[in-house]
Amino acid sequence: MSNGLGWLRAEKQGIYLPEVDCWIDPSIPVGKALVTHGHADHARGGHGHVMATAPTLAIMALRYGEQSSPRPVDYGDTVSLGDGITATFLPAGHVLGSAQILLERAGERVIVTGDYKRRPDPTCAPFEPTPCDILITEATFGLPVFVHPPIALELDKLVGALVERQDRCVLVGAYALGKAQRIIAELRARGFSDTIYLHGAMEKMCALYEAHGVPLGPLALVADTPLDDLRGKIVICPPSALGDRWTRRLPDPLQAFASGWMRVRQRGVQRAIELPLVISDHADWEELTSTIVELAPQETWITHGREDALVHWCGLHQIRARALDLVGYDDEDEN
Amino acid sequence: MERFAALLDRLIYTRSRNDKIALVAAYLRETPDPDRGWALAALTSGLNFPAVKASTIRDVVATRVDPLLYSLSRDFVGDTAETASLIWPRQPSDKPPPTVSEAVETMAGMSRSTVIAELSRLLDRLEADGRFALLKMATGALRIGLSGRLARTAFARAFNLDVDEVEEHWHGAKPPYADLFAWATTPEGQKPAIDPLAFKPFMLAHPLEEGSLDLKAFAVEWKWDGIRIQLIGDGSSTKLFSRGGEEISGAFPEIASAYNIRAVMDGELLVRGDVQGGEAGSFNALQQRLGRKKVTSAMLDEFPAFVRLYDLLVEDGDDLRALPWMQRRARLERAIVQLPPDRFDLSQVIEASDWETLVQLRDDARTQAYEGLMFKRRDSIYSGGRKVGLWYKWKRQPLAADCVLMYAQRGSGKRSSYYSDYTFGCWTAPPDQGGELLPVGKAYFGFTDEELKWLDAYVRKHTANRFGPVREVEKTLVLEVAFDSIHLSKRHKSGLAMRFPRIARIRTDKPAEEANLIADLMAMVS
Repeated sequence: MSNGLGWLRAEKQGIYLPEVDCWIDPSIPVGKALVTHGHADHARGGHGHVMATAPTLAIMALRYGEQSSPRPVDYGDTVSLGDGITATFLPAGHVLGSAQILLERAGERVIVTGDYKRRPDPTCAPFEPTPCDILITEATFGLPVFVHPPIALELDKLVGALVERQDRCVLVGAYALGKAQRIIAELRARGFSDTIYLHGAMEKMCALYEAHGVPLGPLALVADTPLDDLRGKIVICPPSALGDRWTRRLPDPLQAFASGWMRVRQRGVQRAIELPLVISDHADWEELTSTIVELAPQETWITHGREDALVHWCGLHQIRARALDLVGYDDEDEN
Repeated sequence: MERFAALLDRLIYTRSRNDKIALVAAYLRETPDPDRGWALAALTSGLNFPAVKASTIRDVVATRVDPLLYSLSRDFVGDTAETASLIWPRQPSDKPPPTVSEAVETMAGMSRSTVIAELSRLLDRLEADGRFALLKMATGALRIGLSGRLARTAFARAFNLDVDEVEEHWHGAKPPYADLFAWATTPEGQKPAIDPLAFKPFMLAHPLEEGSLDLKAFAVEWKWDGIRIQLIGDGSSTKLFSRGGEEISGAFPEIASAYNIRAVMDGELLVRGDVQGGEAGSFNALQQRLGRKKVTSAMLDEFPAFVRLYDLLVEDGDDLRALPWMQRRARLERAIVQLPPDRFDLSQVIEASDWETLVQLRDDARTQAYEGLMFKRRDSIYSGGRKVGLWYKWKRQPLAADCVLMYAQRGSGKRSSYYSDYTFGCWTAPPDQGGELLPVGKAYFGFTDEELKWLDAYVRKHTANRFGPVREVEKTLVLEVAFDSIHLSKRHKSGLAMRFPRIARIRTDKPAEEANLIADLMAMVS
């Protein structure tokens, strides 16, 4: 297999379209970038021109400040990049605004999935499977041990812990963009109407979600709440705040961590997690492999994570596949 | 099986001993017989399935999973049973998940030729957590830090029983402990008979407030610096138990085989060495032996063990525990002559009638193989547990050294946001002569809550380096560390190991250059 198609190739810093000098999710500032979603390992600030969905641009503005020449693209809209190349943004089901990017030129179709999942998520549009010649897929959970349980089971555990220990609060470490809002929205969907308390770092992102039409119900800041009022409550913080001094303002917090990595017990034990919640916004092994089968591309390029196992699986199933060697890609804050 | 799997999972993530006891107690209350008995045995490593070897799990997985996908996963997960439980591709089974009892019976009935197929069928009936519990149970390697003592405490808690009474009746009972559960849960259930040759709960001592005893009523003995041990012989075979009720016969076979009488005795296990006048080796030497299931003949030669006896609980089938200490002592002195003197001797009674002499004896203790004095009421029965007024321990004053804080690590549970585990060091030579700091110990208590806050803030402000969860700090803070004794150790670069170190004081008044030298600590080695 070559390094690309002539009009599209994989570079260390991202997927590159040389004829129009345009990058997808570049890890360094470039002149022209298409960005799949707002997580820091895909969206960097400082590009000359940046094209993404409106929510992703809003997230980038929140995190990096106003970007120069942002160009919003709606899901399903096809834009011309020049030289006969077009890009179409399609829902990826990962977080608010997340997109796959379909690149086409002279009848050749390439899908860059970005990060994606196939399970329903009340905070974002569902993944839209799109046939293609080349599938460039993520592989964050690219090992067959990673099978995410239904989120309802994990939320049962969360709510159960809350009921069991009314004298404590349950502190959920969850990524500030996506995971936190999904957990809140899923709790609301099952009728949990109690106030949910937030670490300060969560506040603006939650407001952004609400502004984009994702209602999150009653929220309050830990900083504004007396310690005793937090007993029997759910508190959400970024994973980095678990075990931090900040937790001393909480009543005997029971530490939970919502992450696909919690599938492996030692990952939780090492971080002194008492309540592991296997909740992920990435495709698990089943989703990764069944998506490849469903889209039936001629070639699959694999990046973002544990590529080896997925490449080997493709070989076992006579699917042409190769691992891309992109720098700087791993799930921020989840490891 | 799912309930047991859920319990196992919760135990893995629970650090507090009390929370673990509560979890096990709730499980025992709510689970029917005989599942709860088998589960209890599994948790305390009381189950063994000869057909299931460590390699069996790999072989079972290999029947369904590509070997490279398995080994990539195993490398990531780090545990064979867990990898297998997560990766197992279930085939549809029309049977419900097995109960713990069914799983135990099935696994007990497996042979080397049937184990792959039968284990696969069990796995097909379970979700990932259940498969994990099954495989951990199958290999007998639960490793969740649940001691027999903790399990018995949970049993007592579950059914409102006295834990010492539970201890008394426990030993000799066999999984799934039907008679124990019948006693605990039904009005007609009888207490299981006490086997005179089963483990007896140890009698424990309270710390003594100086000068608060009537010396005439008490006998005084040395408090030996070894391992408390109970010897149970039926004349032909002998079992040794540690204070937690764990059998340690395998680690000290020379003691077990030399103990050739029908009696239950209480004493201190010591290692002969040249440190203390050829009498008893250091506790450190003993540690080399403890915790090993089997010992090599080299270890037997290097660390020969003996027992210093101080009580006789059962003799020729007669339970003597209700007799006063004086009478038991007299019978012990007579019985001991039957035992080989190179392996067994008698803990001497110290003649001293005034506190002045006793204080001096106690504080001289450091140079000897003892760590203080014991006071035993002459008319006291042998009563399991810690009863007020009968036995007292009186430890010598601790040693102390000024050390420099080198590293800190976060604690667990309520201390998980605090840097509360401290590694400290002393100088190899005076620092102005090129001396360096080498770690001499680690302590995580001794300080007040206020001092902990101060130390935590200090660590955060003076961090020089981070290594995962460990912070290296600037070498500026002097801690006065108290410890019971200090020993030579090959494990540590400084060549020293402290016993029972704790932070006595924070010495902000003292510059780090004036902390103690390694040589100062060497001079304290006992």
